[in-house]
Amino acid sequence: MKKLALVLGFAMTFGTFQMANAQEAAPMIAQSCAGCHGQAGAGQGSSPVLAGYDAEDFVRVWHEFRANERPATIMNRIAPGFTDDEVAELAAYFASLQQGE
Amino acid sequence: MNISRRSFAALAGATSLTLATPALLRAQSAGRLVVIGGGFGGASAARYARMAFPDVDVTLVEPQTSFVTCPYGNLILGGKRVLSDITHSYDGLRARGVNVIHDRAQDIDADGHRVTLANGEELEYDKLIVSPGIGFRWDAIEGYDEAAAEVFPHAWTGGDGSQISNLRQQLEEMPQGGVVGLSIPGNPFRCPPGPYERISMIAHYLKQANPTAKIMAFDSKDAFSKQGLFQDAWEELYGDMIEWVPGNADGKIVRVDAENKVFFSEFGEEHRVDVGNVIPPQMAASLAHDAGLVNDSGWVPVDQTTFESAVARDVHVIGDANIASPMPKSGYIANSTAKTAVAAALSDLTGSGAPSDPVYFNTCYSHAGEDYSFSVVGVFRPDGGEIVETPDSGGTSARGPLTELAETRRLEAGYADAWYDSITDDMFS
Repeated sequence: MKKLALVLGFAMTFGTFQMANAQEAAPMIAQSCAGCHGQAGAGQGSSPVLAGYDAEDFVRVWHEFRANERPATIMNRIAPGFTDDEVAELAAYFASLQQGE
Repeated sequence: MNISRRSFAALAGATSLTLATPALLRAQSAGRLVVIGGGFGGASAARYARMAFPDVDVTLVEPQTSFVTCPYGNLILGGKRVLSDITHSYDGLRARGVNVIHDRAQDIDADGHRVTLANGEELEYDKLIVSPGIGFRWDAIEGYDEAAAEVFPHAWTGGDGSQISNLRQQLEEMPQGGVVGLSIPGNPFRCPPGPYERISMIAHYLKQANPTAKIMAFDSKDAFSKQGLFQDAWEELYGDMIEWVPGNADGKIVRVDAENKVFFSEFGEEHRVDVGNVIPPQMAASLAHDAGLVNDSGWVPVDQTTFESAVARDVHVIGDANIASPMPKSGYIANSTAKTAVAAALSDLTGSGAPSDPVYFNTCYSHAGEDYSFSVVGVFRPDGGEIVETPDSGGTSARGPLTELAETRRLEAGYADAWYDSITDDMFS
């Protein structure tokens, strides 16, 4: 078993069998978004795609939700719960993803 | 390093065969994480651990071979879903390299870092996540035991799906003009809006199939989650079909007679029902009691940032079983806190930093009728050893006449479906 483990460990360093999934790179603050917006911001049903969202637009839209200046059912209640730094981190993460990734 | 050429070749062959089986690729283990319970907390924890900490060995212990969600169970009663729609396989977790063991965890030896399974096997761990869910206080309502729960289903744990199926079948078979009785517990309990979504979905079904039927909802409480929204919906959609009896109007049911189908209230009123749904008072599941993790409340005290047990080191307890008020006992909170608990538990095994300023997030949608849903949102943070809701955020959907809010209610119904698909992906895919 020890030998097998060794060889497998060796194989792992060359292998690409870790599934590529950008959700793995999601910062903790973005984890909760996956509860509605799908894995890695891919969107789900009527929940919008976030992957590839321009970072500046993301921040601007977030502020509009926060100020109740944008039609919303739920994001206007979520948006005020997060700090500017947290929103910037979310914006950077989703902007870094390709749509459909 | 002493591998002969021959055994290397054999092993290399074996290796290429196992490439498609990540479960075997736990070669450079940074430690062993055992997760007890494969629901919203446990499945999310096991999956997140494999994604964020690929060097850690993850074992999930769960007696059921597939998972029936409590969320969307009420939609079975409403005729909008069938059991297979809310049943989820553990194959996705296996494909991620989680060692899934279908057995019941019998006991936890926190000092020895061991879990004993019902089959007698022992699992050693470095870190343990326990997400055992709820148990029922079988002594709380006289006459309500496991046999009575076949007559008056609780349908408040997913289990093998038989409880929710039983309740649905009884609704289908109820005589025209019959009475559905519900007994609803006091706080705290799993899924605060759940009983009221259930009332709504039963009414949704009866309005079509049995329009002269009545729903009598006997409550131990005087107020409930999203109360205004639910009561608006009941009036708008179901007229006088639903009667909610609060605790201060003798709504608390203290005894049932399953044979004669009678509920007895605290002050002696007798209510004959055709179909009964008894949601009993609750506590942490039995494993948490057997392992000595609970306090006098029957729930599990935990650190509010790491979810480590107050009494057992390296044991983190998440989901409905723990004490994390004012957060609700919801699937979303179990999912959200699972990730923080995993990151906290594994930080010293992997050398990663423990989460410093975690944010816990909750959204609970409720379906009140066709294209008619609403929600409550909460953003929570630990602060000075307590959990506090972030000020000026969260809250419930707006109230108002359906003529003005029909589109909002319809949109939220769609977002609710998106939530269900997203969060179950975040647990099982």
